[in-house]
Amino acid sequence: MSRSLEQKLFHSAGYLFLIALAVLCVLPLLFIFGGSFTSEQSVIRNGFSLIPKEWSLEAYELAFKNPKDLFQAYFISFSVVAVGTAAGLLMTAMTGYVLSRRDFKYRNFFSFFIYFTSVFSGGLVPWYIMMVSYLDMKNNFLALILPLLLNVFYIIVMKSFMSGIPFEIIESGKMDGANELRIFFKIILPVSGPALATIGLFIALQYWNDFFSAMLFITDQSLMPLQYYLYKMVNSMDALSRMASMSGVPIPQMPKETLKLAMTALVVLPIIFVYPFVQRHIIGGVTVGAVKG
Amino acid sequence: MKKEGLMHELKKNKLLFLMLLPGILYFFVFQYIPMSGIVIAFKQFRFDKGIFHSPWVGFDNFDFFFRSGKAWIITRNTILYNLAFMATGLILQLATALFIAEIGRKFVKKYIQTTLLFPFFISWVVVGTFIYNLFNFEYGIINHYLKDWGMEPVDIYSSSSSWSYIIVFFNNWKYIGYNSLIYLAAIYSIDKSLYEAAEIDGAGIMQRIRLITLPLLMPTIMILLLLAVGQLFRGNFELFYNVVGNNSLLYNQTDVIDTFVFRSLIQSADIGMTAAAGLYQAVLCLVIILVTNFTIKKYNSDYSLF
Repeated sequence: MSRSLEQKLFHSAGYLFLIALAVLCVLPLLFIFGGSFTSEQSVIRNGFSLIPKEWSLEAYELAFKNPKDLFQAYFISFSVVAVGTAAGLLMTAMTGYVLSRRDFKYRNFFSFFIYFTSVFSGGLVPWYIMMVSYLDMKNNFLALILPLLLNVFYIIVMKSFMSGIPFEIIESGKMDGANELRIFFKIILPVSGPALATIGLFIALQYWNDFFSAMLFITDQSLMPLQYYLYKMVNSMDALSRMASMSGVPIPQMPKETLKLAMTALVVLPIIFVYPFVQRHIIGGVTVGAVKG
Repeated sequence: MKKEGLMHELKKNKLLFLMLLPGILYFFVFQYIPMSGIVIAFKQFRFDKGIFHSPWVGFDNFDFFFRSGKAWIITRNTILYNLAFMATGLILQLATALFIAEIGRKFVKKYIQTTLLFPFFISWVVVGTFIYNLFNFEYGIINHYLKDWGMEPVDIYSSSSSWSYIIVFFNNWKYIGYNSLIYLAAIYSIDKSLYEAAEIDGAGIMQRIRLITLPLLMPTIMILLLLAVGQLFRGNFELFYNVVGNNSLLYNQTDVIDTFVFRSLIQSADIGMTAAAGLYQAVLCLVIILVTNFTIKKYNSDYSLF
């Protein structure tokens, strides 16, 4: 096979493959938004299609008729992301930093102490019983934060990033009479920007998309984060009829199917807004992590 | 002597220990203390008596779990799904990374990478509603078009045969952008002069990939496969729960250890048996991690995890 023919074949195959993949990756969004703007009548008659046959805003009108629950869910989700990310990132950075200090004598012991939990755990049942019976986490805001607060893998990534910072910087800080906290906050954190950005993003994304914690611990409507609220809307008639009755819409007239998609669209919306700004951090972060090995 | 060493160290590095404390405390409270709750697997758990006062039943819970026939189904499903994820994932992610690296105008790379990463940002709940919107019997998009073309609609939610394909498809869909990034980063770190030399020797694209890129990617491939093997007995709960839902018609094909344990826990059917299932999974995970690590260490210690 001649080289230019091979090259042409490879390039055409590559473009075909990648463009098909790229289309598949955004298509779901178009389906969701398309469906959410369709009139319920046309959905009942013909089902969903990519481009709405009859446009309608009825689903969004219902969603915003009595938006108390929805806004409360946004508020809970944003609070969980803010508190969880700030606390989780600080603790990940501190733990990773101490474990990266070559002159810290017990770092191998503590590293193993942390690492072992990713290899073996007691399983879901003892953990759940402890959370509920001993730590009182049922319908507790902290139940949305604690399960994802620290992650062994992120600590390891943080540790290996901070091991790359020249030790002389720390020594010169000590020489100038700075204590450990000052060294950490004034010297180490400022030069760890890329690692903090990436891991912070991962933690935030995990909190934003988490519904497992809520499913286990939350039954109180006012503590429901967005993802779990959506899950309930889509999977239980109760949640839908609660919404209808609170907005004063008779249940038979409720745009049931389109409402589910409108809710989904409202849940995805914040991601669509921040995505352009954050995705390059993830790309950068993975690249750094992979090269380090 | 040793104790003195620790006290000395504590005094010298007071602030470092203080910084480490929250993390250590966290893992102690949320990981190590629950480990003691493993005893539930050997007890007939009663909420009124708590973990430590419930009566012992020996291995009855395990006996019940294995004799129910569930153990075999969920273990088989967990392993088969993970193997399918590994095999299809490896091929698709490698292909994606190789294509992006080789055909590269800059803006194409940028835009395609950006789009492929998008599913990684979406929650499984959202993916679940999308799948419902796609496959629903009455209103689903697929059935809409099938009817338009004069074909019979299919009711996927009551027949189990297609779910394994749907699950494998969406798992790949969600993680392809993210995982191919790792391969892509490894490809970019390969010394450019190797390719230049190959070019001078007249090697085509396929030869370059076969003789340079793939061999040099082997460590990355091995590490990722190893990490996946370590997770062989773990199911991605959010995936299985949201994609399939709580649909008992499909359990034979779609139930994995994690969904089974969760369901039994929430329905509080039999806490002791559920804990036994959880312990069974934890032990399998530990064993498989130790075995893979040992094997790899023997073969090439550079690839081992610890």
